Amino acid sequence: MSDRPSPDDGLSATELAAKYGLAVSGARPGLAEYVRHMWGRRHFILAFSQAKLTAQYSQAKLGQLWQVATPLLNALVYFLIFGLILNADRGMSREVYIPFLVTGVFVFTFTQSSVMAGVRAIAGNLGLVRALHFPRASLPISFALQQLQQLLFSMIVLFVVAVGFGSYPRLSWLLILPVLVLQFLFNTGLALIMARMGSKTPDLAQLMPFVMRTWMYASGVMFSIPVMLADHPKWIADILQWNPAAIYMDLMRFALIDGYGSENLPPHVWAVAGGWAALVALGGFVYFWKAEERYGRG
Amino acid sequence: MAESHIPTVIADELHIVYRVNGAKTGKGSATAALSRIVKRGEERGVRKVHAVKGVSFIAYRGEAIGLIGSNGSGKSTLLRAIAGLLPAERGKVFTDGQPSLLGVNAALMNDLTGERNVILGGLAMGMSREQIRERYQSIVDFSGINEKGDFITLPMRTYSSGMAARLRFSIAAAKDHDVLMIDEALATGDRSFQKRSEARIRELRKEAGTVFLVSHNNKSIRDTCDRVLWLERGELRMDGATDEVLKEYEKFTGK
Repeated sequence: MSDRPSPDDGLSATELAAKYGLAVSGARPGLAEYVRHMWGRRHFILAFSQAKLTAQYSQAKLGQLWQVATPLLNALVYFLIFGLILNADRGMSREVYIPFLVTGVFVFTFTQSSVMAGVRAIAGNLGLVRALHFPRASLPISFALQQLQQLLFSMIVLFVVAVGFGSYPRLSWLLILPVLVLQFLFNTGLALIMARMGSKTPDLAQLMPFVMRTWMYASGVMFSIPVMLADHPKWIADILQWNPAAIYMDLMRFALIDGYGSENLPPHVWAVAGGWAALVALGGFVYFWKAEERYGRG
Repeated sequence: MAESHIPTVIADELHIVYRVNGAKTGKGSATAALSRIVKRGEERGVRKVHAVKGVSFIAYRGEAIGLIGSNGSGKSTLLRAIAGLLPAERGKVFTDGQPSLLGVNAALMNDLTGERNVILGGLAMGMSREQIRERYQSIVDFSGINEKGDFITLPMRTYSSGMAARLRFSIAAAKDHDVLMIDEALATGDRSFQKRSEARIRELRKEAGTVFLVSHNNKSIRDTCDRVLWLERGELRMDGATDEVLKEYEKFTGK
């Protein structure tokens, strides 16, 4: 049938495509157009994250109750080991230390699970990537959003713990919102970066738990960095305190806990928190977009 | 046939290569894997599967094109490349608008109710919430899921495989497409559902510019297609009118 006589005979494929306005299939759109596509898929991104969240516990007898029970048990385990056995609460009263620990665990888990979900976002959803057309960044962003919703459940536990240890709701609790927004942006950027790397090297899924655990112990989740490192050179504590995980944890503690004042925060803490968020979110998005047309190859 | 001179899909010397990690087993595979990660560039220890080798064709508006060939001959891979879902190794595919593969399997989640899956699947295909609300009832009716009680509010993992397949097809077929590609979708469901889906595919064909159909069922190819591409080992073996190509193909397969 292709040998039917036509005025188009003798044109090369590229010329023919240009004549009828055909575009290369699967080509990467420009950055602005890509963002527009993403915006068009915002309902899908939200629905996908909620679906993942619901599906997680749908086979359990207690069902969605686990959304709250899991973080609660998590906090309990850490309290048992670091609070009761190891006495890591140096320099803090019990009323401060327990909400301090629980906040640290929840805030760090938020970043940790976003990274882990990011690594598998493309590599673990190849079926979806190979079957349907959508901007691929939808997947890591959707997974980060799922973790944010998970954290909101954990916040319920956190509020109860805070009130239980004498930190009552006050004006500074409003600061929780900007901290969450900044940390979410940071996590999303990180998930995008990990998604691209994980799609090329799926082995990262095996490696990342160790990296994340190292990061957790270095970020002062269960101890105060300045107190713990008091007899070491000051620059070590400085570096650890300026790392994004520690920054977001400390800001959240400052907002939430009564006895945890601004003397525990490094200088320019809000600027650093905003800087990390902007840098990683924008950088991660561009980095992910650069390989858009290559996702889905085995 | 005058309007059929407007091309909608042009494939130009298209090559598709899959890369499979760790398929080369045996001694030294761990070191090979390590050097693969450390050394970027020419990958060692990665098996390449050359699935489509230099296929060229032009599809015109209003055509229904069947793709035939034995298992593993590259038919599904070719469809995915046309849809822009698999990157080309060499060569190019030009298309008019966004071709879509008929299928939402991968977007659906077994732990969610049929109801939520209809919405999720629709959103995954790029429909808006309003479009889904409008078509929701017709999707459910078409699937026939509710004929035996209120199954749509149960999780999909409780469905029989036939019911799940029917729901998947109903969701996928709810959207209108410019260039539509169907991968053996006709074989799902019981007899009455097959009739209904064949009718729906004819409808989609009328609305779509061009239809591609992959099937091992020569009868459904004969019923729906007027042109057939025959792929064998990733190469285009024959391209022509349905009867001509099917006659050769049946001779080849010894039917």
